[in-house]
Amino acid sequence: MAELPILDVRGVGKTYELNGLKIEALRDANLTVKKGEFVCLIGASGCGKSTLLRIVAGFEAPTAGEALMWDKPVTGPAPDRGMVFQDYGLFPWLTVRQNIGFGPASRGLPRKVVKETADRFVNMVGLNRFADAWPHQLSGGMKQRVAIARVLANDADMVLMDEPFGALDAMTRERLQDELLDIWQRTQLTVLFVTHSIEEAIFLADRVVVMEPGPGRIASEHRIELPRPRDVSSPEFNEVRREMSARLHSHHARKAA
Amino acid sequence: MSATTVTGTAQAAAPPRPRGRWLARLKATGLALIVPFCLLVFWDLAVRFGMTQLIPSPYEVAVYMVDFAWGGIWDDAFSGTLHIHLLASMSRVYGGFVLAALVAVPLGILIGRNETVRGLLDPFLQLMRPVPVTAWLPLSMILFGLGARSAFFLVFLGAFYPILLNTVFGVRGVEKRLFEAASMLGCSPSAQFFKVVLPAATPSIFTGLRLGLGLAWFVIVVGEMTGVPQGLGAVIMDGRTLSRTELVICGMIVIGIAGYISDRIVVMIMNRLLRWSPSHHG
Repeated sequence: MAELPILDVRGVGKTYELNGLKIEALRDANLTVKKGEFVCLIGASGCGKSTLLRIVAGFEAPTAGEALMWDKPVTGPAPDRGMVFQDYGLFPWLTVRQNIGFGPASRGLPRKVVKETADRFVNMVGLNRFADAWPHQLSGGMKQRVAIARVLANDADMVLMDEPFGALDAMTRERLQDELLDIWQRTQLTVLFVTHSIEEAIFLADRVVVMEPGPGRIASEHRIELPRPRDVSSPEFNEVRREMSARLHSHHARKAA
Repeated sequence: MSATTVTGTAQAAAPPRPRGRWLARLKATGLALIVPFCLLVFWDLAVRFGMTQLIPSPYEVAVYMVDFAWGGIWDDAFSGTLHIHLLASMSRVYGGFVLAALVAVPLGILIGRNETVRGLLDPFLQLMRPVPVTAWLPLSMILFGLGARSAFFLVFLGAFYPILLNTVFGVRGVEKRLFEAASMLGCSPSAQFFKVVLPAATPSIFTGLRLGLGLAWFVIVVGEMTGVPQGLGAVIMDGRTLSRTELVICGMIVIGIAGYISDRIVVMIMNRLLRWSPSHHG
């Protein structure tokens, strides 16, 4: 018997209505993610990758199919699926420590446990010196560390990341990618990660899911067999990147024809 | 991962050295005093060279202000009565303001959060809002009689709308992202009111309170035209009837200073409570 997947997306579709016009953002998406897997969704804008992620998060209901988390249908947002937004979504009136402790506090854990948990995850993302700072005092990279830490502090089974490093400079992005992989390997987290960078997807993922627009749908899946830690400048890495790039472009070429 | 992985620097600058801060404050005060000083000189010269017969010189007003506050110079009906009038006005300003805040903040939250309440009240309130407080004066005197209650009502009315509108604005303007973040972290929709809506709306609510308090001082003169015996507005009205311009000017100065001080107090509280907000370091 096959192992029960943590996430099972079955025939999910989403059609919006905009000024009486029906817009199909996503059609018949099927995807399973196993516990501990790192999966990247990649594709051009309008391919429905963020829509799919938001459906899994429970922020939006699908108009067709369903998303199952541990075999139970997703009906709304819940702490088992933590989301990391590109624009951080931190609470500006809470300090770094309070932001990270928000989830545990919301679940009604005792004050002492909340503080200990928060401190542990402040530590994990290396923000000890900034534990009492407010978000507006932090750099983008530090804000995104807080956003990741607050999801981890809440014992999320699965972390959903919507182009989390898209707004960061290249140096910070690379460093955060390393840190994320480090945390992922230590905590055996399951990650569903949306990006539009081929390099980022290949660097991070066990499996890359390529999506394409018009209507948004899953086009192909690729297992990345490169050994970790991966070296983006190695010939093997470039080989995979070239292949993936060609595949993405052929999708578009076909569409344009 | 260790603390050495921290990138970037906190933008919170270290507080400047004490001496530098004093110098900066001195400079700011000096800069702020230039315009009032020039105006004072102009006023003095205008009176001195006979451009007006009806306005006393700054020196005469200053002497009268001392008499108004402590007495012992003219010893007339107004000597040494400043504190009585100031207290009377303050009680109306703060009473009206507090009442306005107590009604407007909860009502604003309701209008901001509830579609039905908004549909019920918003059009009506928008219709009433442009009616100036002065226009309410006659009606207020009929409804509440001559005296303090009328003044109280008018101050209430003046402070009410800015507090209400800013509260509605603040409550409706909460970023959608923050609700998403709270719900994926396990914060229930009912708990989100206290954990997200209220804190996110506090900057706007404070802006409303600040404007409201300013307007409360603004309308106090109108409010005290309703025939109250005491109050700075009453002093100004009496000064007008008695053609005692120095009294009118003294009343104006006291209102200005009192309004300024109460605004600074609100700003101080605001800066303390809203340390997290980069746009609230006034």
